Amino acid sequence: MTLGKVIGTVWATRKDPQLIGMKLQLVQELDSDGKLKDRFVVAVDSVGAGVGETVLFAQGSSARQTDLTRDKPVDAVITAIVDKLDVIGDAD
Amino acid sequence: MNLGKIIGTVWATRKVESLERKRMLFVQPMAFCGTDVGDPIVALDTVDSGVGDTIIYVSSTEATVPFKPLLIPTDATIVGVIDRVDHRDKSWTPERA
Repeated sequence: MTLGKVIGTVWATRKDPQLIGMKLQLVQELDSDGKLKDRFVVAVDSVGAGVGETVLFAQGSSARQTDLTRDKPVDAVITAIVDKLDVIGDAD
Repeated sequence: MNLGKIIGTVWATRKVESLERKRMLFVQPMAFCGTDVGDPIVALDTVDSGVGDTIIYVSSTEATVPFKPLLIPTDATIVGVIDRVDHRDKSWTPERA
């Protein structure tokens, strides 16, 4: 899974019927220092994450392993909202 | 399968229900000669590994296999703790952090 920050929401009226009701969030990847990387992904939100929150997301066919996204045309899903990241070598 | 070193822990209260009571660890991928490669990822643990351990993990859909038949949305899962690597160029034993 990858760390990312929700930076926006994507709206689409015309879409695959299986995507109806899903919230599509625009996520920018983060590195271990919390800095934004130049990589973006649209992910289905399964936890109610809002803009500005740090999240974990799963990609590929693993993204279909939630009740919400099972067998749906989805390749990225937000699975958790990160409270804290402890990394060895950090001062705190 | 890929080699990596556990460099941290991720804490999340709000998460997909199926991730409850699963440990989420921050893993720096490594080459089998022992050098760091690429950016860290977050992986689920199945072998009671911890920070400082050198481990093998599976990625992609295969990461969900250890948890079958449950639906677990993970694309990286730790499946072993490394004791020693015998590599063509050098053999090495991971040091605990």
